[in-house]
Amino acid sequence: MRDFYGTTLANGFMLGTAQYPSPAILADAFRRSGASVATVSLRRESGQDRAGQDFWQMIRALDVHILPNTAGCHSVKEAVTTAHMAREVFDTKWIKLEVIGEEDTLQPDVFGLVEAARILTEDGFQVFPYTTEDLVVADRLLHAGCEVLMPWGAPIGSGLGLNNLFGLRAMRAHFPDVPLVIDAGLGLPSQAAQAMELGFDAVLLNTAVAKAGDPAGMAEAFATAIRAGQLAAAADPMEPRDMAAPSTPVIGKAFLS
Amino acid sequence: MKLQLNGAMIETQAKMLDGLLEEQGFTGAKIATAVNGEFVPASARATQSLSDGDLVEVLAPMQGG
Repeated sequence: MRDFYGTTLANGFMLGTAQYPSPAILADAFRRSGASVATVSLRRESGQDRAGQDFWQMIRALDVHILPNTAGCHSVKEAVTTAHMAREVFDTKWIKLEVIGEEDTLQPDVFGLVEAARILTEDGFQVFPYTTEDLVVADRLLHAGCEVLMPWGAPIGSGLGLNNLFGLRAMRAHFPDVPLVIDAGLGLPSQAAQAMELGFDAVLLNTAVAKAGDPAGMAEAFATAIRAGQLAAAADPMEPRDMAAPSTPVIGKAFLS
Repeated sequence: MKLQLNGAMIETQAKMLDGLLEEQGFTGAKIATAVNGEFVPASARATQSLSDGDLVEVLAPMQGG
């Protein structure tokens, strides 16, 4: 595994903590997934029910790396302030930086993203930017100080898989030494396997597991697929070709016609 | 004075942010705070004064993707 800001992860599975039917199912899904990273967020807390405190105890018990996000932020200022609050609460420099630019697709505002990434890097954060497969934007993010890039597979929560195979393959080829994570849009384990086969270092997903009929079962399915894809990439896949080539040797075949 | 805590108007006797947090049931909680859109680190809560109409945000860990 490639390392992420100096941290080597046990596997390429980053799993979200939202939308599960219950906390017990969330915990079970994490156990069966073996995921090495959990994404979390910050929301308003009530002094009466203090719901966030119970959630935090449960997440700590998972014993995984914590990656807080800036989900729902639409401006640089909002994202930067949220990142600072997350760093204090979760006691980590890691931040999954989201600056949302458009409501229908939840695609990143890449201009704001680059600016926020620069500000946060200068403040000592280790930024995981949720971006697109655009190579120019990727380059700007690296110049802003990012050492990891997280291109989308498809719009958040859509389950459409890898929408732009060419673009993602080009990104992998263009940045061979940068840890790349497919973040968002995956719906099926086969799509996660495909991402890993392309040479991506990890996948980050949430809805595909949380909204499955059996989230824990789906979490294990994703874990298996991610492992398969990673092994396949390491095993150097064959080159596809347009014409058939017999796999059984022709030499020595009997003449029977 | 009256101020907004997480979007709800409340009446408080507190003059400082740390006093408000204690008054509103956040003692010992894992939270982060902001006043009028600016992050206020835990170390600065005791010296962060409050004014009528301030917008105070108190955030805690929550599920996220």
